[in-house]
Amino acid sequence: MNPELLNALIIGTVVLAVLGALFALVLAFAAKAFAVEKDPREEAIAAILPGANCGGCGFPGCGGYAAAVAAGKAPVNACAAGGAAVAAQIGEIMGVSAGDSVKMLAQVHCTGCGQNFKKYEYVGLKDCTAASILPGGGDLGCGYGCLGLGSCVKACPFDAIHVVDGVAKVDEDACKSCGKCVEACPKHLISLVPYKTKRHVAITCSSHDKGVDVRKSCDNGCIGCSLCVKACPKEAINMVNNLAVIDYEKCIGCGICAQKCPRKLITVDGKVPEVKPAPPKPAAPKPEEAPKAEPAAKAEEAPKAAAGEAQK
Amino acid sequence: MEWTKLFSIALGAVLVNNFIVAQFLGICPFMGVSKKVETASGMGMAVIFVMGLASAICWPINEFILVRFNLGFMQTVTYILVIASLVQFIEMFLQKAMPALYEALGVYLPLITTNCAVLGVVLQNTQNSYNFIESVVYGVTGGVGFLVVIVLFASIRERMEFSEFPKSFEGFPIALVAAGLIALSFMGFSGLKVFG
Repeated sequence: MNPELLNALIIGTVVLAVLGALFALVLAFAAKAFAVEKDPREEAIAAILPGANCGGCGFPGCGGYAAAVAAGKAPVNACAAGGAAVAAQIGEIMGVSAGDSVKMLAQVHCTGCGQNFKKYEYVGLKDCTAASILPGGGDLGCGYGCLGLGSCVKACPFDAIHVVDGVAKVDEDACKSCGKCVEACPKHLISLVPYKTKRHVAITCSSHDKGVDVRKSCDNGCIGCSLCVKACPKEAINMVNNLAVIDYEKCIGCGICAQKCPRKLITVDGKVPEVKPAPPKPAAPKPEEAPKAEPAAKAEEAPKAAAGEAQK
Repeated sequence: MEWTKLFSIALGAVLVNNFIVAQFLGICPFMGVSKKVETASGMGMAVIFVMGLASAICWPINEFILVRFNLGFMQTVTYILVIASLVQFIEMFLQKAMPALYEALGVYLPLITTNCAVLGVVLQNTQNSYNFIESVVYGVTGGVGFLVVIVLFASIRERMEFSEFPKSFEGFPIALVAAGLIALSFMGFSGLKVFG
């Protein structure tokens, strides 16, 4: 072999090896000198978390939450996606009890009936935020209703919300209550509500219009008749600007209000219950009608943790 | 010190010979982390940082080791070694000494190890026989050019999220088309010459 070539080869190898060894030494030294003590619990917690990085806990991703828990800056039950099982496991690692974390789910407050009362034909971006800045807040006759263009569907990291018949519907099994859809909805139709009662009662309307106007633009919208308010045995429903709103702190899930509602917009477990015969008179209902369905539901009244924030 | 030369190097690195749209280096992070302006600017900052430092470190290594032992043919492999070690070292150092900066650069710092724009800048420093200061200026401004283009591109992609495309163009294909259009528009700078 050409001796010059051989020389270059040997020198090259030696130089590279020396450089490599030098860098390795520097790095090894640096790893010791700049070592940052990491809490071993942090890694253990990160391993348990679902890893969806949904941000529902308010920290940047699962890693951020794990670090915050290990540092004692976050509660062990803040992971909505993981639910009670994950909270219990984290609690074990941290040596505290997880406590009762109430299951929360996203609830869409609209029946979607407004799709039948359109003011004009919308042919723009398939995006609710874009549509909602148009005159009247979109193409619906009702200025409050679900536009059905699916901004919440795009926002959901768990594929748990879909537009069905023009209205967003939450898949209750898939929903992890991360709250992404709540932020995404430009009409503010979605809120996180606690599921603590045996049956879940929800009012699926967000319209603050007067009853006369609601009748013109929707078959189901809340007309503010207050029948549900009067029917509720626990005074859990309030009228806020012509709209009935459930106070989940008080609701026991009896479903009497759903029976009384003349607009069929109160759902029990996602369905509008069959209305029993003898439709209620618009005047004050008799109070003795109320407690019929109560005893079964009463036992379910669980002690509440932090559920207040679900109210809009 | 010829300021004019430094200025022409800087302008060339940012606009005329931009690393992404004129030299097509560093395309991987350009496509990968340009979905949001926020992450794109984080990546751009990290690239400026590493490109400047890599230029500063590689220049003496080339000058005092490779040239002296007549090992010019080993530039590429040596620079890869240097950059990889450098990024590792910076990461460890920042985590300990400047946690705030470490948090800000985040995951983008280790990603840069495989960014060929960094390797490109040090190789070009040698090819153009820049001196130390010119090398560092070329490195930093090359990073600035990277930042400008990736932030531009990320802003465009953010708006594209809300547009409707034919099914076959959705996602990456239309992003590549947009990247090509940006490159075309940067061709407008190619006639720009400063002080000869």
